[in-house]
Amino acid sequence: MGVFPWVAWYAFRRYTAYPLGALAEAVTNTVFGFMRAYILVALWTKRPSLGGYDVADAVTFCFVTQALIGPVQIFGGLELTERIRNGDVAIDLHRPVDLQGWWLADDLARGAAALVLRGGIPLLAGALVFPLRFPEPGTLAVFGVSVLLAIVTGFGLRYLVALGMFWLHDDRGLNSVALVMAMFFSGMLVPLVVFPGWLGEVARVLPWAALVQVPADVFLGKHAGAGLAGALAFQAGWAAVLLAAGRTLTLAARRKLVVHGG
Amino acid sequence: MLDEVLDRTIRMYALLAWTWLRAAARYPVSLALLTAAVAVVGALDLVAIMLLFARAPVIAGFGAAEVLFLYGTSVLSFATADLLLGSSSRLGQHIRQGSLDAMLVRPVSPLIQVATEDFSPRRTGKLIPGAVVLAAVLPRLDAPWDAGRIAMVPLMVLCGTAIFAGLWVLTASLHFVLIDAHAATKSVTDGGGLLTQYPMSVFGRDFVRGVTFAVPLAFVNWQPALYVLDRPDPAGLPSWLRFASPAAAVLVCAAAALAWRSGLRHYRSTGS
Repeated sequence: MGVFPWVAWYAFRRYTAYPLGALAEAVTNTVFGFMRAYILVALWTKRPSLGGYDVADAVTFCFVTQALIGPVQIFGGLELTERIRNGDVAIDLHRPVDLQGWWLADDLARGAAALVLRGGIPLLAGALVFPLRFPEPGTLAVFGVSVLLAIVTGFGLRYLVALGMFWLHDDRGLNSVALVMAMFFSGMLVPLVVFPGWLGEVARVLPWAALVQVPADVFLGKHAGAGLAGALAFQAGWAAVLLAAGRTLTLAARRKLVVHGG
Repeated sequence: MLDEVLDRTIRMYALLAWTWLRAAARYPVSLALLTAAVAVVGALDLVAIMLLFARAPVIAGFGAAEVLFLYGTSVLSFATADLLLGSSSRLGQHIRQGSLDAMLVRPVSPLIQVATEDFSPRRTGKLIPGAVVLAAVLPRLDAPWDAGRIAMVPLMVLCGTAIFAGLWVLTASLHFVLIDAHAATKSVTDGGGLLTQYPMSVFGRDFVRGVTFAVPLAFVNWQPALYVLDRPDPAGLPSWLRFASPAAAVLVCAAAALAWRSGLRHYRSTGS
């Protein structure tokens, strides 16, 4: 067995070590889910078939996306950032293991842990109060694949932001930009089907749509047949592009690294 | 006697805040950029409201101007409270790392020390969208303005700030008991910040009763706004509640003071 499964396994054990902390996060995701759901219900009461969703779709969208906050880590951040700041990344680069692969393995484990510990509660609590639309087992399996691709795409974006540290030495500015883009263009703030006209069309082809909007649409069964394959291909395409960009940037960063200190 | 205590509290707070401010001002460009970034992140909620109203002129019985009025007053109260006491949510971290013990031996209230920690003008960035929206929407508001209504606007922001500040200290006090609770208590503070941006008529009836009588978020701006806008309460609650915000603020702050003192008295340092 190669080294990456071990990285992922130990990371998974680390990220599941504090289930109470994850529970606390899930509670907050759920409370915000209820507020967003009521707001969306108020909008869909006025516009019953807005963007091809009905009220049940909108509410389900809301709780699915709240469940995805943890796994795709929509608010940004990667532990690698801090390691670049304090110079520990030099140790990572000395390892006979690919830097990007190492952190991808770590992040997949983090995503899986978040899905297990934080995914169920918002959906369950939402289903108790609102009539949610749950998919058939087949669709659910495809949704699993879509979430996996969403996590990889999210990692691709956050890895690029983290590598920005090599050049900028401070991550807060870049992180804020990344956060605003991710919140706005992913569908997390407001479903992308609400966006008017060209703004909606632009938002739907950007990589952030692959994080939240696409998996939620898969969950709702909005795609079928060729459309479903197209949706997954869209996610896979962005994941590949972002990982390739990350690879190029990693090579450049290897030559750039200066560890500060006396 | 009380005067002296208050005076000393304010002076200590100002001194420590000033110290952190001078540290932050060492990097002026970074500070300006971070303030702008905080303002933009804070304006995301505003963008959400605009997107909703781009699709429907009236939501839950309220128009765009009225909801923006709620947004402005909510953000101003929330951001001011966050600026003054938001750092108190780091208490759990201090307890875990044992740094609270160091604070306890210093001759200043630990609440002041925690609250002023990393006091940075960048957090004023959150005030910007609130202030801009409120200034733009007040002249466009269809309200029967008179002296009472005009006075109510600054009063509701003041009471809202006190309620949020109280909730921050109250939830921070929970960290004495539940060390890892910050993630969950965010749903009261940050959640309250989102909730009060919308008319309560959006939310379910039981939900509204909960945030009126259990966690008095309805008194941040909703009840006084009904008075300013001269609207009947969609939930049918009595109309004297519109003037109850100062009482709610006093109650929350008193509960917060009690909770903080009792938490601190029962605090035992971590360790094995």
